[in-house]
Amino acid sequence: MSGLGNIIKKEFKELFTPATFVPIILVALIFGTMGNSIQGIQEQAKEKPIIGLINEDDDTLATITSSILYNNSKVIFNSTSIDDKQIAIDELKQKDGVALIVIPKNFTKQMRNESPGEIEIYWIMKGAGVMDTISSGVLQYLINYINTNLSKELIQDNSSVNSSFVLNPTKNIETTYFKDREFKGLTPDIIVGMLSSQSMLIPIVIMMIIIMAGGIVITSMALEKENKTLETLLTLPVKRTSIVTGKIIAAAGIGLILAIIYMIGMSFYFQGLQFSEGGISLAEYGLVLDSQDFLFIGISLFVTLIAGLSLCMLLGTFAKNYKSAQTLTFPVTMLALIPMFLTIFADFDTLPLALKGIVFAIPFSHPMMASRALIFENYMFVISGIIYVSIFASIMIIIVVWVFKTDRLLTGSTKKRKINLRQPLLLNLIRRR
Amino acid sequence: MITIEVKNLVKNYGKIEAVKGISFNVNEGEIFGLIGPNGAGKTTVLRIISTLLKINSGSIKIMDYDIEKDADKIRKIISYLPEDAGAYKNLTGRSYLQFIANFFDPKKNQQMVEKGIEIADLDERIDDRVDTYSKGMMRRLLVGRALMINPKLAILDEPTSGLDVINAQEIRKLVKNTAQAGTTILLSSHNMLEVEYLCERIALISEGKIVEGGKPKDLMNKYNANNIEEVFTKVVKQ
Repeated sequence: MSGLGNIIKKEFKELFTPATFVPIILVALIFGTMGNSIQGIQEQAKEKPIIGLINEDDDTLATITSSILYNNSKVIFNSTSIDDKQIAIDELKQKDGVALIVIPKNFTKQMRNESPGEIEIYWIMKGAGVMDTISSGVLQYLINYINTNLSKELIQDNSSVNSSFVLNPTKNIETTYFKDREFKGLTPDIIVGMLSSQSMLIPIVIMMIIIMAGGIVITSMALEKENKTLETLLTLPVKRTSIVTGKIIAAAGIGLILAIIYMIGMSFYFQGLQFSEGGISLAEYGLVLDSQDFLFIGISLFVTLIAGLSLCMLLGTFAKNYKSAQTLTFPVTMLALIPMFLTIFADFDTLPLALKGIVFAIPFSHPMMASRALIFENYMFVISGIIYVSIFASIMIIIVVWVFKTDRLLTGSTKKRKINLRQPLLLNLIRRR
Repeated sequence: MITIEVKNLVKNYGKIEAVKGISFNVNEGEIFGLIGPNGAGKTTVLRIISTLLKINSGSIKIMDYDIEKDADKIRKIISYLPEDAGAYKNLTGRSYLQFIANFFDPKKNQQMVEKGIEIADLDERIDDRVDTYSKGMMRRLLVGRALMINPKLAILDEPTSGLDVINAQEIRKLVKNTAQAGTTILLSSHNMLEVEYLCERIALISEGKIVEGGKPKDLMNKYNANNIEEVFTKVVKQ
């Protein structure tokens, strides 16, 4: 075999390991899942929005409006009386409806007098994720389409109509129903925007803390092994629980410092993004967190950090050196990224049951979802999350301390092996004895 | 008084029997050597006595403490120097010794650090980061770390590994002085001259079993050998 061939063969042998391929396979799977999700969004966007319609005006412009709505949406409730409003809203809530559109009596008359015709829109908002606003976005587009058609009709009827009026002949009076609350004057887009500005920072910061502090813990364990300091440490008069806890607390401290630095930068970034909600007071709509809520978020964050770092510590016990530690941070990164994206793009309440189970099972999800839940006073959800994560953290710490008390930490796997002196690993093991 | 009492010690790694029922005693203040080829089971025995590995069967008592029940108490009176040990690279030699001393009696830890510095004998380099040390300097620091705490039992795996002749000689003297001061020493070594010079008694291990044991001079007489190396070769070939 030539020198080049020999080198290539050796390199292949060294690089062709699960550690090289598993992360890439996982990334491919994630991209595949994301592709399917995007396809699902596109299909959802193509679907006709489910609406209710109350048309009290039987004149021409109202008829044009209602016919556009009939042709481009699925009308599941139809009435000519505003008295049916509550019945319509209840039915829409039950049947996954997007909104109730009310065309009042004087709709056409107002526009003929060159005053904007009022369309009352009662939005039924199911979740506060970006993806939850797809249907309402489709309906918003439809309303704009109605505006254009009404403009054409008004110009055809009267070419000398006031231009500033005719470009925008309707005025929307909007109310949104979300989580048993009524938000007058707000659309689902605005609510999602307001909630995102409050709840987007926390998931990103938590994700960063978990990845950074987790990496520190895993690397610390790997370096103890690589630098051959672990054996000495384990023979010193210090309890295994102290070693485990000490490493976790130190990493949590460093992680928090990193998070604060990160949060300062991110808060400036989000301040820059908040212009779209300018002039709207979050407090006016009760969409703010009080000191008690921040306490809950703090507790949730603390137990999650401990849980995450305990998990990293457990992974760290498998790390043989710095290189393998880098690979082991991958599952933790993924576990932090999944709930972060889900929290930003979707609402826990609107997720399918299986996905809800997965999101709840990932401990990092809980502080990410806490702020939104607390805004809507869903304390039970936050408390149950804290209890779950605390149990998860306790189990992880018990397992890590157990591993520290066994031979596994120093000898690695104790799987049964055939005695074969040609195996370098075995030779290594024998040399150690 | 017996410091280490090992009875029928068995240690398996899965199907592999690393230690096959060995027994030996080490007396207080004695330097006892475990000798054997690579893979004989020396390091496994030292790791077990250092409370790092669990035993499969048999028993070990250290100063009357049972290794399985009283591991925490044993760690207070022993000091283990692994063959390929390292130190925290971002610490200075002094900080490393201080870090170790902090696990012991707070009243004595400054005294321990001073002793460690004296043993390591690194002069002004003691205040340099450990990652700038040569292999020999690192070993001296680690020997200093192992002996500075005045352990009842020092377990030294190849104590002079990586040291040049002069440094190795100094460490050997130090080990001898430490034993004379009352510390029991259990060591393993490939260096037969070192074993002959240091150890009052030795045990020869081969394939997880003790195949011979006793005072070096008695063994040399028994096998009509000029040195322990010859004894070892004759015993293993038998």
